[in-house]
Amino acid sequence: MPLLDRMGWRTDDFSRDDVDGGIIVPLAALRSTLDARRAGVIGVEISNDVAVDRLAPYFAQLALIAIAFPAFGDGRGFSLARRLRQAGFAGRLRAVGPLIPDQGPYAFACGFDEIELPEASLARQSEAQWAAALGAISHAYQPGYARQTSIFERRRAARAHKQESRSHA
Amino acid sequence: MYAYDEFDERFVRERVAQFRDQVARRLSGSLTEDEFRPLRLQNGLYLQLHAYMLRIAIPYGVLSSRQLRQLALIADRFDKGYGHFTTRQNLQFNWPKLSDAPDILDLLADVGMHAIQTSGNCIRNVTADHFAGVARDEIEDPRPVAELLRQWSSLHPEFSFLPRKFKVAVTGATEDRAVLKAHDVGVRILRHPESGEIGYQILAGGGLGRTPMIGKVVRDFLPKGQLLAYLDAIMRVYNSEGRRDNKYKARIKILVHELGLDAFRNAVESEFAVGPNWSAEETAELARIAPSFSKIAYDDLPAVSRIFEAAKLANPTFAEWVENALFPHRVAGYAAVTISLKPVGGVPGDMTSDQMRAFADLAERYSSGELRVTHAQNLVLPHVKLDDLFDLWRTLGALGLATANVGLVTDIIACPGLDYCALATARSIPIAQAISRRFGDSARQREIGPLQIKISGCINACGHHHVGHIGILGLEKRGQESYQVTLGGEASDNLAIGELLGPGLSADEVADAIERIVAGYLAKRRPGETFIEAVRRLGVNAFKSAFLRGAQDAAA
Ligand code: SF4
Repeated sequence: MPLLDRMGWRTDDFSRDDVDGGIIVPLAALRSTLDARRAGVIGVEISNDVAVDRLAPYFAQLALIAIAFPAFGDGRGFSLARRLRQAGFAGRLRAVGPLIPDQGPYAFACGFDEIELPEASLARQSEAQWAAALGAISHAYQPGYARQTSIFERRRAARAHKQESRSHA
Repeated sequence: MYAYDEFDERFVRERVAQFRDQVARRLSGSLTEDEFRPLRLQNGLYLQLHAYMLRIAIPYGVLSSRQLRQLALIADRFDKGYGHFTTRQNLQFNWPKLSDAPDILDLLADVGMHAIQTSGNCIRNVTADHFAGVARDEIEDPRPVAELLRQWSSLHPEFSFLPRKFKVAVTGATEDRAVLKAHDVGVRILRHPESGEIGYQILAGGGLGRTPMIGKVVRDFLPKGQLLAYLDAIMRVYNSEGRRDNKYKARIKILVHELGLDAFRNAVESEFAVGPNWSAEETAELARIAPSFSKIAYDDLPAVSRIFEAAKLANPTFAEWVENALFPHRVAGYAAVTISLKPVGGVPGDMTSDQMRAFADLAERYSSGELRVTHAQNLVLPHVKLDDLFDLWRTLGALGLATANVGLVTDIIACPGLDYCALATARSIPIAQAISRRFGDSARQREIGPLQIKISGCINACGHHHVGHIGILGLEKRGQESYQVTLGGEASDNLAIGELLGPGLSADEVADAIERIVAGYLAKRRPGETFIEAVRRLGVNAFKSAFLRGAQDAAA
C-alpha cells in the first residue's frame, strides 16, 4: 500500500508477508517472531489503545512500530505516538490508515516518520497535495513537537538576540 | 488588548490560505464531504437548516472598536446586516455562502481575528470572566493566561481530533463569573492559602448538554510555569481514554465520571510526571503577553461623581437603568457597564450592523476603544467614567440599546433553536420573545428582581437551561414542540442543575407557567429575598403545585 514520508512517496521496505527483509507482525505474534528471527528487521503493528508499557521491553529489538488509525477522525494514534517517543522509542513510527493531507503535519509533529495510506486515498489525494499541506502553516505555537522550532521558542530566541545586541551596543 | 505579532499575523493568514485550498479540494472532489467536514468545522463553518453559519471567535470575549466595525462590514457585505452573540462569547453569522467564507476569514485576519476552532472536536475558543482586569475581587487578570491558551490550543498537532469538543474557561477572581464548573477544564488563578504564592487551581469534567455534570477539582494548586504541561497531560489522558464509541458519552465529563475522580487524577498526574516541562517558554510568553492588557491610562478621579449623582436624582429612568447595568471598577471614578442585547420582545444576542458601528464609536468615546461580550449574550463597556454615564445612557437610548433589564427576568439567554439550528427539536427565540413581552413592564421586572431564564432548543443545552434559575428545554413530542421547565439551577460558584417541575408544555403555555412560578415567589418571599434564594429556602416542590395547577387547567 502507498507509503509516504516528509519527502513524498517512498518504497516500502517492510512487508506483512513472511519474506526476507523487514516484516511487520501483529502484536500477538511479536514474541514468537522475535524468538524465531533474532537477526531480522522486525516491526509491529498495534491498535491505537495499546499501553506503552506492553511495548517498552521490546523497543531495542523493534525497527518499526505501526499504529493503526481506524478512521482519520480518531486521534488516539497521535497521543500514542507522543507517548512512545516520550518513553524512548527511537525506531521508525508509522501511521497506518486513511489520514488526509491536512493531518500530515500533525502526524510528523507527533513523532511519526511515515504514513501508510489505503489505495483509495491515493486516487484522490496527490503527492503534491501532501507536500502543500506540509508547508501550509510555517510555524506552530506548541513547543516540543518534533523537528521544528515553535513560535514560543522563536519569540524567546528573538528576544534573547535583541537583548544581546543591545548589551553589545 | 493583545495585538498580534508577526508570528500570529502570519499564522492566521496562512490559515486562511489553507482553508481556501481546502474548499477548492472539496469542490474538486479531492476531499470527500466526510473528510472536509472536520476541516470546515475547525474553521467555524457549520451547515445549518437554511444556510451555512460562520462562528467567529472572540477570544475570552474581548473586542476592540476596530474589530467590531469590521464585523459590521462583514454583516453588511456577506450576511443580512446583523450578527448574533452566543453564550460562548462568540459571534455567529447565519447567512454566509461557503464560497465567501475564505474572504470573510481574510477580512477577520485584517483586524487580528479568526474563526479557528469555534467548532469541531478540538479545543474550542477559550472563555474568561467578562470583567477581567476590572473586577475588585481579582487576584490576577486572567486574559494573559487565556491568550496563552488560545495560542497553545490553535492547530494543536496532538489534540485536533479529540473524541468530542473541549471547552476551557479561565478566571482570576474569587467570584466565578466564567462558570468554570460547567466547562471541560476550568483554570482558576488563586493564591496559595499558606504561602501566598499565585498559581492555578485546575477543574475538569464539567459540562451541560445531555448529561449535565459539575466540574471537579483535579489539582488544588499548580505552581506557575506548569500550566501548559499540566493541560497537555489532561488532554493526552482524554484523547487516549475518552470514549469514541458513542458521541453522547464522549465528553471528558463522562470519562471523569466513569473512571472516578481519583483514578482520573492519578492518570493525569502520572502523565504530567513523565511529560516535558515548558516552564521557560510559558513564563516568557506570559511576561510578553501580560503588558498588552494593562495599557489603559485612567484619570485620577474622585470615587463619587457629582455629575452622576445629580443625573440619577433628576432622571428616574436613568437611575433605573443604572441599578442593574453597573459593575464596580477597581479604579475609583470608573464603572464597567453592561449593555443589554435583550430589548423587550427582541431576539436575545442579535445586533445590527448599524448598532455595531455606533457601539464601536461609543466604546471609543467612553471606554478606551474596548468592549466585552458576556456569556449572557450582552455587551460590556469595561472602563467608563462615572461622569460620562448619563451621556452614554442617552446615546444608547437613541440606538435602542438602553433596555434596563440586566440580570432581570427579561434578560433571557436563548440559543438559536429551530429558527436556525439543524439539531433543534423546538424553537427557542419565540419562547424568549413571548416571556420578554409578558414581563416587559419595567416596574414589574424590578419588583421581581434578579431572575435568570435560560432556554435551549434541544438537549445539547447551548442555552444553558440546566443552570437557569428557570430553565426551559424545547423537545419534540409526537410532532409537537414540548417544553420542559426546570427550577433552581444556578450558573455561579454554587453551580446547580435545575429540577424538572412537571410534564412538558406547549409553546403557548410557557409564558403562563413562568408567570405562575413568579407569582408563587412573590407571594412567599421574605423581605429582600431574591428568587433563587427563595427557591433554595422553600425547595423546588413548593413551586410544583402552582406549576401543575395551570397545566391541569389547560388540559381541562
Ligand atoms: S441547544 Fe440545540 S437547538 Fe439550541 S443551538 Fe444548541 S444544538 Fe441548536
